[in-house]
Amino acid sequence: MSDVDTTIREVLQAHGKLPVSAMSLRDDDDLYQHGLSSFASVNVMLALENTFDIEFPDVLLKRETFKSVAAIRSALASLGAGA
Amino acid sequence: MTLLVGVDFQEIDDVRESIENFGDRFLRRICTDDEIDDCRRNAQSTAGALASRFAAKEAVFKILKDGDVVATWHDIEVRRLESGQTTVTLHGGAATLAAQQGITTIFVSLSQSRRTAAALVVAESDARGSDQ
Repeated sequence: MSDVDTTIREVLQAHGKLPVSAMSLRDDDDLYQHGLSSFASVNVMLALENTFDIEFPDVLLKRETFKSVAAIRSALASLGAGA
Repeated sequence: MTLLVGVDFQEIDDVRESIENFGDRFLRRICTDDEIDDCRRNAQSTAGALASRFAAKEAVFKILKDGDVVATWHDIEVRRLESGQTTVTLHGGAATLAAQQGITTIFVSLSQSRRTAAALVVAESDARGSDQ
């Protein structure tokens, strides 16, 4: 697991309010099916912005962006973070 | 005419915690400037008012179908009029998606208990049911 993956999972663990450990999720597991609410995804987004010193543009503020660890990693890479 | 219904609940303590964690950034990612002013004027609590608005926005999202444009939280503006009536105004991507669905009018009702805020949204669409 890369440092970026670990950081994403730490943010999910701290702010995602998931009923399971974020460390136990597979890259492509659907976070919404594992209990991530829309409200919690906002907190995850803001925590990722703090952690990686980035800002998610409106075009990325959609459900798919936070659907999985892999999707979050891809979004971060598109913003030049965690590549 | 077709009626579309969306409903959502939001825990007020979770909103309070998010405001504590992220401050104004949290408010500004979810709400327009006018909505923030409304929430801060709320006699009961800013967190409760914000929870109601978040629930309303989510209820609207449940009505809107995904399309080729992105609807953001700012595109769904929930205001409390001086008369006490609550209104929803759609902008940007949300307005585009609503137009694509033939939505002409949106009604919203907000409610909250000590712990939970709730929103019920009903939309009128002039599209046929099979087009929804």
